[in-house]
Amino acid sequence: MQVSRRQFFKVCGAGLSGSSIALMGFSPTSALAEVRSYKLAHATETRNMCPYCSVSCGVLIYTTGDKSKNAKADIIHIEGDPDNPVNRGTLCPKGAGLMDMVKSPNRLKFPEVREAGSNEWKRISWDDAINRIATHVKKDRDANLIEKNADGVTVNRWNTTGFLASSAAGNEAGYLTVKILRNLGVVALDTQARI
Amino acid sequence: MTNHWVDLKNSDLVIVMGGNAAEAHPCGFKWVIEAKKDRKAKLIVVDPRFTRSAAVSDFYAPIRAGSDIAFLGGVINYLLSKDKIHHEYVKNYTNAAFLIDEGFKFDDGLFSGYNAEKRSYGKDTWKYQMGKDGFAMVDPTLESPNCVFQLMKKHYSRYTPELVSRTTGTPQDAFLKICEMMAETSAPDKTMTICYALGWTEHSVGSQNIRTMALIQLLLGNMGMAGGGINALRGHANVQGITDMCLYSEVLPGYLSAPTDADVDRKTYLEKRTPKPLRPNQMNFPQNFPKWFTSLQKAWYGAAATDKNDYGYDWLPKKDGAYDVMAIFERMHQGKMNGFFCQGFNPLASVANKKKVGDALAKLKFLVVIDPLATDTSEFWKPHGEFNEVDPTKVQTEVFRLPANLFAEETASFTNSGRVIQWHWKAADGPGESKSDIEIMAALFLKLKAMYAKDGGKLPEPIMNLTWPYRIPGKPSPQELLMEISGKALGDVFDPKDKTKVIVKAGEQVAGFAQLRDDGSTSCGNWIYGGCWSQAGNLTARRDNSDPSGLGQTLNWGFSWPANRRILYNRASCDVSGKPWDAKRAVIKWTGTAWGGNDVPDMRPDAAPEENVMPFIMTPEGVARLFAPAMADGPFPEHYEPFETPLDKNPFHPGNPKAVSNPAARVYKGDMETFGKAKDFPYVATTYRLVEHFHFWTKHSKINAVLQPDQFVEIGEELAKDKGIATGDKVKVRSNRGFIKAVAVVTKRIKTLTVDGKKVHTVGIPIHWGFKGVTKPGFITNTLTPFVGDANCQTPEFKAFLVNIEKI
Repeated sequence: MQVSRRQFFKVCGAGLSGSSIALMGFSPTSALAEVRSYKLAHATETRNMCPYCSVSCGVLIYTTGDKSKNAKADIIHIEGDPDNPVNRGTLCPKGAGLMDMVKSPNRLKFPEVREAGSNEWKRISWDDAINRIATHVKKDRDANLIEKNADGVTVNRWNTTGFLASSAAGNEAGYLTVKILRNLGVVALDTQARI
Repeated sequence: MTNHWVDLKNSDLVIVMGGNAAEAHPCGFKWVIEAKKDRKAKLIVVDPRFTRSAAVSDFYAPIRAGSDIAFLGGVINYLLSKDKIHHEYVKNYTNAAFLIDEGFKFDDGLFSGYNAEKRSYGKDTWKYQMGKDGFAMVDPTLESPNCVFQLMKKHYSRYTPELVSRTTGTPQDAFLKICEMMAETSAPDKTMTICYALGWTEHSVGSQNIRTMALIQLLLGNMGMAGGGINALRGHANVQGITDMCLYSEVLPGYLSAPTDADVDRKTYLEKRTPKPLRPNQMNFPQNFPKWFTSLQKAWYGAAATDKNDYGYDWLPKKDGAYDVMAIFERMHQGKMNGFFCQGFNPLASVANKKKVGDALAKLKFLVVIDPLATDTSEFWKPHGEFNEVDPTKVQTEVFRLPANLFAEETASFTNSGRVIQWHWKAADGPGESKSDIEIMAALFLKLKAMYAKDGGKLPEPIMNLTWPYRIPGKPSPQELLMEISGKALGDVFDPKDKTKVIVKAGEQVAGFAQLRDDGSTSCGNWIYGGCWSQAGNLTARRDNSDPSGLGQTLNWGFSWPANRRILYNRASCDVSGKPWDAKRAVIKWTGTAWGGNDVPDMRPDAAPEENVMPFIMTPEGVARLFAPAMADGPFPEHYEPFETPLDKNPFHPGNPKAVSNPAARVYKGDMETFGKAKDFPYVATTYRLVEHFHFWTKHSKINAVLQPDQFVEIGEELAKDKGIATGDKVKVRSNRGFIKAVAVVTKRIKTLTVDGKKVHTVGIPIHWGFKGVTKPGFITNTLTPFVGDANCQTPEFKAFLVNIEKI
């Protein structure tokens, strides 16, 4: 029987009777005798990676909708990617809980500020946040960037603002971050690689 | 990892030491189980705790936290004194035969050139004897008393089984049994691999812990072999990639060492970083440094980088000292910093001495937290009961918190611990108004650029000239960025052997770093990733998992840097004539005209064996360094006690107070006083991770919080009895810097050891709690840890310090 992995998955998903039939070599059309539809069969499958340890296991993320323009995708299930040569479909107790990380009640949803001396967060717009941060950055850089050291050597370093970079970010975000920071003159820069 | 996850299955003997892969890297550890099942490989675990890795091992030995070099130095002594080494390998592929300066000495715990005031070494004598021909001198008989081999033999002759056992607490018979098992892999066709993690790095001698094992692997001839290597099991899913992009002060992308004040111009900078070969015929691959650096400058400044302006060299900041995370917090604590960004980083929880970190953050004018989660750091100013006691009215720091996307909401590439870069796709939008890190950084940069364009300001050139070729400026795509990282030809690139032949046309992606040039005709954001997005497209997105060799190399799955090579130094998997040491696990071989086989050769493809081009192409010697002058704390690893030691002396140098702890480790003023003494804090503490949690993230994830809801510490039965503590009791654990409270778990898995004639108890401290999360609130364990790090890379000493414990 010629069945692709995805087709087979759909067939097996139809329940015990469906998968038994498929395993006995009957045509996948037999699976139409399903009791209830398997919800992932209609989900969109996206190949992604577990963000936890450095095994970097392949995962499959299932979302509602078909990624068409006006359909809002919602993540409904995450499991190991059986094609990934390292994890071969397995996930550990950390990775098996990925759904609850994505859906954590502690996810941040909008920019906030805590003013000096205050005891509370205040919601602000992205424009306000970026404006205020950029104003701080420019003021500190213009005041403290050292153009020449005591020997007259051009050093162009700005060491009064620092940055700790994320090892959860992709290579592309990491690259853009270092490209920007080094050219602002930042030298106080570090990442989780150190610890 | 010099090798990769699946390659663990090719090993004959797996050592898990300084790590606990079964719990910290479970799906990778599966390949160790495969090796046991299919190859009848053996697993040895050495750890202060009987971990779940130990539970499936063939042999387990306990060790006192912070004494790994004593143990491994003892192994070296065993191998050398019993002559259990891979002779051909050691003679040809390491610097064993090299002659060292006559002035080099090691005396009572200190190497020659020590300056006690500066706590550092002058390295005048840590060098090769140079011949008149300009090359390093060697003695191929390995008999000269000043050759590396003899110096090494002498150095480690002090590491007797008796002294090893007295220092580590490991019973002598267990230690010798492990030596014997390791020694068996000196046979050319046997391999041993090592899986280590933070249990080796987070020490004041962290780098040397790893180097000691590297020496063992070289003596046994296990580097470059399938099933061999030195395998660092790293922390996050893309910590390898972020390290490669070099988001830290010492280096620029691709590990190009960053300019310092001494590098006054581009010429000086390049000269210092472009070494001359130390032996004839060697590849001396770093000689290509100018090509990598110039291509990076072109990637950043484009047409604005020309030979007239040193390709924009002056626009890059020069470093005047240390800016590692502890140095940054030290500066902040001294009031020398005004602004700070934490992008997906929670330093209040993850950096040593929480109080110092919190006090430092309170001295800032502004703090920006970019994160998917409400981190502890973002609320360092907010009272959370006894878990975070602070008066917000006294904290004048303005704190911004920006919502970022996480893995499921981004298209990106991650680089796993085995250096394999893998592409993944976005599944859904993030919650609310959250944005990707790329968008957030782009928004900030474009706003600044607009401000400098409108109002002017200091040094606008690097900001105004920074290339920004992205189709939607506020939203650079990950595809555009990975292409920039991989590199392209700006003008036609010609074949160096035939100057009329174009090998890459202007505008095309380069096929690899070999096509990069130092004349401005190529651009490349990170040379080691060169070719990952070639004219053939995005090679990191490849998903062909076929494995024709059966070794698990999967050469068409993703892209492994460098050059899609899966096993580093694989030339060393063959003898001098190019024949694999083990035909059944052949990685590459010499075919008569070229190198080829089951991997991308780590060698010039046409370098015939008789040319004597040696396998370690990144050193100017061409061979691996048993003697390594580049280390800050000694060319040979030496045992030093942790800064907080339960002993009052270093058993290797009982008479020298200067050689108790690492003499070259940096200690800031005021921090020496915060180190505790054994009389007040008699128990060794070590921090670690649990299988149910990941760092300080999964405390925000409900299912993980259900699995491990409440903070606990582990102690052995003997200590529990001494202190009248039972499982379930609430205890207070104090160090000289603060305290935590937790539930006690009394376990047989942590044994009391006898060290230097006295009993040493260990307190085990899992790290995962804090005052933000869906777990029960807990104390930040780094409240307890000392503010001191490794002498070479300043990784904090989280794995061995002193505490006291009492029942509440």
